Amino acid sequence: MSKRAVPEINAGSMADIAFLLLIFFLVTTTMDVDTGIIRKLPPPVEKNQDDVEVKDRNVLKILVNSHDQLLVDGERGDISTLKNKVKDFMALHPDNEQYPEIKPKFIKELNKEVMLSKGVISLKNDRGTSYGMYIKVQNELAKAFNEMKDEKSLQMYGVKYKQLVDEKKVKVINKLVPVPISEAEPENVGGE
Amino acid sequence: MSRFKKDSKKEVGSINTSSLPDIIFMLLFFFMVTTTMRETSPKVKTKVPEATEIQKLEKKSMVSYILIGPPINKRLYGSNSRIQLDDQFASVKDIGEFVARERQARNEADRNKITTSLKVDQDTKMGIVTDVKQELRKASALKINYSARKAGKKKQ
Repeated sequence: MSKRAVPEINAGSMADIAFLLLIFFLVTTTMDVDTGIIRKLPPPVEKNQDDVEVKDRNVLKILVNSHDQLLVDGERGDISTLKNKVKDFMALHPDNEQYPEIKPKFIKELNKEVMLSKGVISLKNDRGTSYGMYIKVQNELAKAFNEMKDEKSLQMYGVKYKQLVDEKKVKVINKLVPVPISEAEPENVGGE
Repeated sequence: MSRFKKDSKKEVGSINTSSLPDIIFMLLFFFMVTTTMRETSPKVKTKVPEATEIQKLEKKSMVSYILIGPPINKRLYGSNSRIQLDDQFASVKDIGEFVARERQARNEADRNKITTSLKVDQDTKMGIVTDVKQELRKASALKINYSARKAGKKKQ
Protein backbone atom coordinates (compact mmCIF):
# COMPACT_ATOMS: atom_id res chain seq x y z
CA MET A 1 0.00 0.00 0.00
CA SER A 2 1.27 3.35 -0.87
CA LYS A 3 1.13 6.08 1.67
CA ARG A 4 -1.90 8.15 1.08
CA ALA A 5 -2.74 11.05 3.30
CA VAL A 6 -6.34 11.24 4.41
CA PRO A 7 -7.66 14.47 2.96
CA GLU A 8 -8.56 17.02 5.58
CA ILE A 9 -12.17 18.07 5.81
CA ASN A 10 -12.61 21.74 5.37
CA ALA A 11 -14.29 22.96 8.52
CA GLY A 12 -14.44 26.55 7.48
CA SER A 13 -18.16 26.51 6.82
CA MET A 14 -18.95 24.85 10.12
CA ALA A 15 -19.31 28.24 11.75
CA ASP A 16 -21.85 29.25 9.12
CA ILE A 17 -23.98 26.20 9.69
CA ALA A 18 -23.85 26.70 13.43
CA PHE A 19 -24.77 30.35 12.96
CA LEU A 20 -27.81 29.39 10.95
CA LEU A 21 -29.02 27.04 13.65
CA LEU A 22 -28.22 29.60 16.30
CA ILE A 23 -30.31 32.25 14.63
CA PHE A 24 -33.20 29.84 14.25
CA PHE A 25 -33.25 29.07 17.96
CA LEU A 26 -32.75 32.72 18.85
CA VAL A 27 -35.87 33.63 16.95
CA THR A 28 -38.05 30.84 18.27
CA THR A 29 -37.01 31.23 21.91
CA THR A 30 -39.47 32.67 24.34
CA MET A 31 -38.08 33.08 27.76
CA ASP A 32 -40.95 34.87 29.42
CA VAL A 33 -42.30 33.46 32.63
CA ASP A 34 -45.95 33.82 33.32
CA THR A 35 -46.67 35.86 36.40
CA GLY A 36 -49.89 36.78 38.09
CA ILE A 37 -52.09 36.68 41.13
CA ILE A 38 -52.83 33.12 42.17
CA ARG A 39 -56.25 32.47 43.65
CA LYS A 40 -58.38 29.46 44.45
CA LEU A 41 -61.96 29.29 43.31
CA PRO A 42 -64.55 27.96 45.74
CA PRO A 43 -65.82 24.48 44.92
CA PRO A 44 -69.08 24.35 42.99
CA VAL A 45 -72.21 24.96 45.01
CA GLU A 46 -74.37 21.91 45.47
CA LYS A 47 -78.05 22.24 44.94
CA ASN A 48 -80.34 22.94 47.88
CA GLN A 49 -77.41 23.84 50.03
CA ASP A 50 -78.29 26.42 52.62
CA ASP A 51 -76.49 29.71 52.58
CA VAL A 52 -74.13 30.08 55.46
CA GLU A 53 -75.25 32.88 57.69
CA VAL A 54 -72.47 35.26 58.57
CA LYS A 55 -72.97 38.07 61.01
CA ASP A 56 -72.94 41.50 59.49
CA ARG A 57 -70.07 42.75 61.61
CA ASN A 58 -67.90 39.90 60.34
CA VAL A 59 -68.13 40.89 56.71
CA LEU A 60 -66.35 43.65 54.84
CA LYS A 61 -68.33 44.16 51.69
CA ILE A 62 -66.52 45.49 48.67
CA LEU A 63 -68.62 46.29 45.64
CA VAL A 64 -67.34 47.41 42.28
CA ASN A 65 -69.89 48.79 39.86
CA SER A 66 -69.83 49.06 36.13
CA HIS A 67 -68.23 52.50 36.26
CA ASP A 68 -65.31 51.04 38.24
CA GLN A 69 -66.39 52.80 41.41
CA LEU A 70 -65.90 51.21 44.79
CA LEU A 71 -68.33 50.80 47.63
CA VAL A 72 -66.62 49.63 50.81
CA ASP A 73 -68.96 48.76 53.66
CA GLY A 74 -71.67 51.07 52.41
CA GLU A 75 -69.46 54.07 51.75
CA ARG A 76 -67.80 55.35 48.64
CA GLY A 77 -64.30 53.96 48.76
CA ASP A 78 -61.09 54.62 46.99
CA ILE A 79 -58.49 52.18 45.73
CA SER A 80 -55.70 53.97 47.59
CA THR A 81 -57.31 53.55 51.01
CA LEU A 82 -58.58 50.02 50.45
CA LYS A 83 -55.46 48.28 51.71
CA ASN A 84 -55.43 50.03 55.06
CA LYS A 85 -59.15 49.48 55.48
CA VAL A 86 -58.72 45.77 54.96
CA LYS A 87 -55.79 45.60 57.35
CA ASP A 88 -57.70 47.55 59.97
CA PHE A 89 -60.71 45.30 59.52
CA MET A 90 -58.70 42.09 59.86
CA ALA A 91 -56.72 43.24 62.91
CA LEU A 92 -57.88 41.97 66.27
CA HIS A 93 -60.11 44.30 68.26
CA PRO A 94 -61.28 42.09 71.14
CA ASP A 95 -63.74 44.49 72.80
CA ASN A 96 -65.03 46.52 69.89
CA GLU A 97 -68.49 45.72 68.59
CA GLN A 98 -67.74 47.40 65.26
CA TYR A 99 -65.09 44.92 64.33
CA PRO A 100 -65.39 41.19 63.60
CA GLU A 101 -65.65 38.63 66.32
CA ILE A 102 -62.63 36.61 67.28
CA LYS A 103 -62.39 32.91 67.79
CA PRO A 104 -59.74 30.69 69.30
CA LYS A 105 -58.01 28.23 67.02
CA PHE A 106 -55.67 25.45 67.97
CA ILE A 107 -52.47 25.49 65.92
CA LYS A 108 -50.86 22.06 65.91
CA GLU A 109 -47.40 23.29 64.98
CA LEU A 110 -47.26 25.78 67.83
CA ASN A 111 -49.12 23.51 70.23
CA LYS A 112 -51.30 26.28 71.58
CA GLU A 113 -54.49 28.17 70.94
CA VAL A 114 -54.35 31.44 69.08
CA MET A 115 -57.05 34.07 68.67
CA LEU A 116 -58.04 34.71 65.08
CA SER A 117 -60.44 37.15 63.53
CA LYS A 118 -63.67 35.80 62.13
CA GLY A 119 -63.70 38.49 59.47
CA VAL A 120 -64.47 37.74 55.85
CA ILE A 121 -63.87 39.97 52.85
CA SER A 122 -66.72 39.76 50.39
CA LEU A 123 -65.90 40.93 46.89
CA LYS A 124 -68.69 41.56 44.46
CA ASN A 125 -68.45 42.98 40.99
CA ASP A 126 -70.79 43.91 38.22
CA ARG A 127 -70.73 42.28 34.81
CA GLY A 128 -69.72 45.65 33.43
CA THR A 129 -66.72 46.15 35.68
CA SER A 130 -63.51 46.31 33.72
CA TYR A 131 -61.02 43.54 34.29
CA GLY A 132 -58.27 46.06 34.97
CA MET A 133 -60.20 47.47 37.93
CA TYR A 134 -60.96 44.01 39.25
CA ILE A 135 -57.26 43.12 39.24
CA LYS A 136 -56.47 46.41 40.95
CA VAL A 137 -58.83 45.49 43.77
CA GLN A 138 -57.49 41.94 43.96
CA ASN A 139 -53.99 43.36 44.02
CA GLU A 140 -54.78 45.68 46.92
CA LEU A 141 -56.32 42.79 48.85
CA ALA A 142 -53.27 40.64 48.15
CA LYS A 143 -51.05 43.50 49.28
CA ALA A 144 -52.93 43.83 52.55
CA PHE A 145 -52.66 40.15 53.35
CA ASN A 146 -49.02 39.96 52.28
CA GLU A 147 -48.19 42.84 54.59
CA MET A 148 -50.00 41.15 57.45
CA LYS A 149 -48.06 37.95 56.79
CA ASP A 150 -44.82 39.93 56.76
CA GLU A 151 -45.67 41.58 60.07
CA LYS A 152 -46.56 38.28 61.70
CA SER A 153 -43.45 36.65 60.34
CA LEU A 154 -41.21 39.48 61.52
CA GLN A 155 -42.79 39.33 64.93
CA MET A 156 -42.40 35.57 65.29
CA TYR A 157 -39.25 34.68 63.41
CA GLY A 158 -37.54 37.99 62.75
CA VAL A 159 -37.61 37.66 58.96
CA LYS A 160 -40.10 38.55 56.27
CA TYR A 161 -42.56 35.98 54.96
CA LYS A 162 -40.81 35.66 51.60
CA GLN A 163 -37.51 34.94 53.31
CA LEU A 164 -38.83 32.07 55.40
CA VAL A 165 -37.05 28.89 54.40
CA ASP A 166 -38.53 26.37 56.80
CA GLU A 167 -41.72 24.98 55.35
CA LYS A 168 -43.20 24.47 58.79
CA LYS A 169 -42.84 28.15 59.57
CA VAL A 170 -44.52 29.06 56.29
CA LYS A 171 -47.39 26.79 57.25
CA VAL A 172 -47.72 28.41 60.66
CA ILE A 173 -47.88 31.88 59.16
CA ASN A 174 -50.43 30.74 56.60
CA LYS A 175 -52.58 29.40 59.41
CA LEU A 176 -52.19 32.53 61.50
CA VAL A 177 -53.03 34.82 58.60
CA PRO A 178 -55.73 33.14 56.53
CA VAL A 179 -56.95 34.81 53.37
CA PRO A 180 -60.73 34.81 53.72
CA ILE A 181 -61.77 36.39 50.45
CA SER A 182 -65.21 35.32 49.35
CA GLU A 183 -66.43 36.06 45.90
CA ALA A 184 -70.15 36.18 45.75
CA GLU A 185 -72.20 34.40 43.15
CA PRO A 186 -72.35 36.69 40.16
CA GLU A 187 -75.17 39.15 39.90
CA ASN A 188 -75.73 42.60 38.59
CA VAL A 189 -75.10 45.27 41.13
CA GLY A 190 -76.43 47.93 38.84
CA GLY A 191 -75.08 51.11 37.43
CA GLU A 192 -75.33 50.07 33.80
CA MET B 1 5.08 64.17 10.41
CA SER B 2 6.87 61.21 9.13
CA ARG B 3 6.51 59.59 12.42
CA PHE B 4 3.11 58.22 11.46
CA LYS B 5 4.20 56.95 8.10
CA LYS B 6 2.66 53.63 7.32
CA ASP B 7 5.00 50.79 7.49
CA SER B 8 3.93 48.93 4.44
CA LYS B 9 6.07 45.94 5.14
CA LYS B 10 4.40 45.09 8.43
CA GLU B 11 1.28 43.01 7.80
CA VAL B 12 -1.55 42.64 10.24
CA GLY B 13 -1.64 39.07 11.41
CA SER B 14 -4.93 37.35 10.66
CA ILE B 15 -7.05 36.40 13.64
CA ASN B 16 -7.25 32.73 14.29
CA THR B 17 -10.90 31.78 13.80
CA SER B 18 -10.60 28.08 14.30
CA SER B 19 -12.34 28.26 17.67
CA LEU B 20 -15.25 30.28 16.33
CA PRO B 21 -17.43 27.23 15.63
CA ASP B 22 -16.94 26.10 19.22
CA ILE B 23 -18.10 29.42 20.58
CA ILE B 24 -21.09 29.46 18.31
CA PHE B 25 -21.96 25.88 19.22
CA MET B 26 -21.88 26.78 22.87
CA LEU B 27 -24.37 29.59 22.28
CA LEU B 28 -26.43 27.27 20.10
CA PHE B 29 -26.72 24.65 22.83
CA PHE B 30 -27.70 27.29 25.35
CA PHE B 31 -30.58 28.46 23.20
CA MET B 32 -31.58 24.92 22.27
CA VAL B 33 -31.90 23.99 25.91
CA THR B 34 -33.82 27.10 26.93
CA THR B 35 -36.16 27.10 23.99
CA THR B 36 -39.82 26.38 24.47
CA MET B 37 -41.69 26.49 21.23
CA ARG B 38 -44.71 28.70 21.04
CA GLU B 39 -47.56 26.25 20.89
CA THR B 40 -50.36 28.56 19.98
CA SER B 41 -50.53 31.78 18.11
CA PRO B 42 -52.70 34.36 19.80
CA LYS B 43 -55.84 35.39 18.01
CA VAL B 44 -56.94 37.86 20.62
CA LYS B 45 -55.15 40.86 22.02
CA THR B 46 -54.28 40.29 25.66
CA LYS B 47 -52.66 43.25 27.29
CA VAL B 48 -52.75 42.00 30.84
CA PRO B 49 -53.16 44.52 33.65
CA GLU B 50 -50.38 45.65 35.93
CA ALA B 51 -50.06 44.50 39.50
CA THR B 52 -47.47 44.58 42.25
CA GLU B 53 -48.25 41.48 44.29
CA ILE B 54 -47.48 38.96 41.61
CA GLN B 55 -46.10 35.47 41.89
CA LYS B 56 -44.28 33.40 39.33
CA LEU B 57 -45.97 30.32 38.01
CA GLU B 58 -43.63 27.53 38.93
CA LYS B 59 -44.17 24.67 36.53
CA LYS B 60 -44.85 25.69 32.99
CA SER B 61 -46.00 22.23 31.97
CA MET B 62 -48.69 22.33 34.64
CA VAL B 63 -50.32 25.46 33.29
CA SER B 64 -53.14 25.65 30.80
CA TYR B 65 -54.04 28.96 29.28
CA ILE B 66 -57.33 30.64 28.59
CA LEU B 67 -57.09 33.85 26.61
CA ILE B 68 -59.81 36.47 26.65
CA GLY B 69 -59.70 39.71 24.76
CA PRO B 70 -60.74 41.60 21.66
CA PRO B 71 -59.82 39.76 18.43
CA ILE B 72 -56.71 40.95 16.64
CA ASN B 73 -58.47 40.70 13.30
CA LYS B 74 -61.21 43.21 14.00
CA ARG B 75 -62.59 43.24 10.47
CA LEU B 76 -63.40 39.59 10.57
CA TYR B 77 -64.42 39.02 14.15
CA GLY B 78 -65.54 42.38 15.52
CA SER B 79 -64.19 44.09 18.59
CA ASN B 80 -66.12 42.31 21.33
CA SER B 81 -64.02 40.24 23.69
CA ARG B 82 -63.82 36.59 22.76
CA ILE B 83 -62.42 33.50 24.42
CA GLN B 84 -59.55 31.65 22.84
CA LEU B 85 -58.78 28.06 23.81
CA ASP B 86 -55.77 26.35 22.26
CA ASP B 87 -55.74 27.71 18.75
CA GLN B 88 -59.30 28.78 18.09
CA PHE B 89 -62.15 30.89 19.30
CA ALA B 90 -64.49 29.19 21.70
CA SER B 91 -67.61 29.88 23.67
CA VAL B 92 -68.13 29.60 27.41
CA LYS B 93 -69.70 26.17 26.96
CA ASP B 94 -66.46 24.71 25.57
CA ILE B 95 -64.53 25.34 28.77
CA GLY B 96 -65.59 22.11 30.49
CA GLU B 97 -64.41 20.08 27.55
CA PHE B 98 -61.18 22.06 27.40
CA VAL B 99 -60.44 21.34 31.06
CA ALA B 100 -61.12 17.63 30.50
CA ARG B 101 -58.81 17.65 27.50
CA GLU B 102 -56.04 19.34 29.46
CA ARG B 103 -56.42 16.76 32.21
CA GLN B 104 -56.19 13.92 29.70
CA ALA B 105 -52.91 15.26 28.41
CA ARG B 106 -51.24 15.07 31.82
CA ASN B 107 -50.05 12.19 33.95
CA GLU B 108 -52.56 10.83 36.40
CA ALA B 109 -50.48 12.00 39.34
CA ASP B 110 -50.34 15.56 38.08
CA ARG B 111 -53.96 16.03 37.17
CA ASN B 112 -54.97 17.98 40.24
CA LYS B 113 -51.92 20.22 40.06
CA ILE B 114 -53.03 21.97 36.91
CA THR B 115 -53.27 25.72 37.19
CA THR B 116 -55.47 27.57 34.77
CA SER B 117 -53.96 30.88 33.82
CA LEU B 118 -56.40 33.52 32.68
CA LYS B 119 -54.77 35.90 30.27
CA VAL B 120 -57.37 38.60 30.05
CA ASP B 121 -57.12 41.95 28.36
CA GLN B 122 -57.39 44.80 30.85
CA ASP B 123 -60.27 46.49 29.05
CA THR B 124 -62.44 43.38 29.01
CA LYS B 125 -65.64 43.52 31.01
CA MET B 126 -65.93 41.20 33.98
CA GLY B 127 -69.10 39.54 32.66
CA ILE B 128 -67.31 37.15 30.35
CA VAL B 129 -64.59 36.51 32.94
CA THR B 130 -67.19 35.65 35.56
CA ASP B 131 -68.84 33.21 33.15
CA VAL B 132 -65.52 31.53 32.54
CA LYS B 133 -64.84 31.33 36.26
CA GLN B 134 -68.22 29.73 36.88
CA GLU B 135 -67.51 27.14 34.18
CA LEU B 136 -64.12 26.42 35.73
CA ARG B 137 -65.79 25.91 39.09
CA LYS B 138 -68.22 23.47 37.54
CA ALA B 139 -65.33 21.58 35.97
CA SER B 140 -63.56 21.78 39.37
CA ALA B 141 -60.46 23.38 37.96
CA LEU B 142 -60.09 25.53 41.03
CA LYS B 143 -56.49 26.68 40.90
CA ILE B 144 -56.43 29.79 38.78
CA ASN B 145 -54.02 32.56 38.07
CA TYR B 146 -54.95 36.04 36.99
CA SER B 147 -52.12 36.80 34.64
CA ALA B 148 -50.61 40.19 35.35
CA ARG B 149 -47.37 41.93 34.64
CA LYS B 150 -45.13 43.73 37.02
CA ALA B 151 -45.96 47.40 37.26
CA GLY B 152 -43.88 49.44 34.88
CA LYS B 153 -42.82 46.52 32.74
CA LYS B 154 -43.87 46.74 29.12
CA LYS B 155 -44.86 43.64 27.25
CA GLN B 156 -46.96 42.62 24.30
